[in-house]
Amino acid sequence: MGYIGETIDSIKSIQIRQLITQGVSLGMIVTSALIIWKALMCFTGSESPVVVVLSGSMEPGFKRGDILFLHMSNDPIRAGEIVVFNVDGREIPIVHRVIKVHERQETGEVDVLTKGDNNFGDDRLLYAQGQLWLQRHHIMGRAVGFLPYVGWVTIIMTEKPIIKYVLIGALGLLVITSKD
Amino acid sequence: MHSFGYRANALVTFGVTILAVMCAMASLSDNLNFPSPTAHIQVMNVNWFQKQPNGNDEVSLTMNITADLQSMFTWNTKQVFVFLAAEYETPQNSLNQVSLWDAIIPSKERAKFWIHTTNKYRFADQGSNLRGKEFNLTLHWHVMPKTGKMSADKIVMTGYQLPENYR
Repeated sequence: MGYIGETIDSIKSIQIRQLITQGVSLGMIVTSALIIWKALMCFTGSESPVVVVLSGSMEPGFKRGDILFLHMSNDPIRAGEIVVFNVDGREIPIVHRVIKVHERQETGEVDVLTKGDNNFGDDRLLYAQGQLWLQRHHIMGRAVGFLPYVGWVTIIMTEKPIIKYVLIGALGLLVITSKD
Repeated sequence: MHSFGYRANALVTFGVTILAVMCAMASLSDNLNFPSPTAHIQVMNVNWFQKQPNGNDEVSLTMNITADLQSMFTWNTKQVFVFLAAEYETPQNSLNQVSLWDAIIPSKERAKFWIHTTNKYRFADQGSNLRGKEFNLTLHWHVMPKTGKMSADKIVMTGYQLPENYR
């Protein structure tokens, strides 16, 4: 009870200068998060440096809710690497392992076939109609690091938006009412 | 100053920091392991060798695979993904890698194995270049950690050749 009363009092006692300070500190938090994300994009060369595993097609290596760190370099793609790719007509990128590579003699263009470790067959059924191979431009990055469970936060937030709004609201209130 | 919120915040921050440091240390400790795996592969038989209706050569092999990957396992190893790829060069392609067989090794006890198998995935070329083709068999492995950096390496075995004629 005392805590809530205190909070209300602190909102009432806000003056204009204090309000601006709070606004600036809120802005600092949001922009610093954005800076970290964009810096990661620069260092890794991938447009999404961190992905959350959403399906069980790579089990037991990667489970739903695990986080993968991606890296996109100019190194050629080789069999065995775990790549993240986008297929035309599908919104959600897929994380699977490369099982076949054919690299052209002069141009260096590659044809790549992928498969999920836990899937029975290769990925030709997932590709666009009539597509037999992935090319370089389909591939967003290769997985280099792994962190278990942390991705559950985003899965829960996308599936239960109420929790997201409650959390954002509570954090916002905390920032506004904090005294120092 | 010492409200419930501040204490909870400090506790959670401290806990997360400790967890992150432990994950980083577990991942770094993998660098202290220098694995010395061994592998031996024998092509026992060419079951059939033909041209597909679309003009690509395809071959079916029976192989004996012997490997000892036990030294790969550390306390931060969740599993080792191992696969065998045929690698060769053709006039059109500077590199062809065709995965023939793979397996997931979940524990150190299962990392020393011997298997007699036909190719699990189709050994098909892009084009018709496989007759009399010399190729390498490469055993690749991909170490998947409980947390942290993934690593991969391979053993290349040379001197395999496909027959001159379809059969």
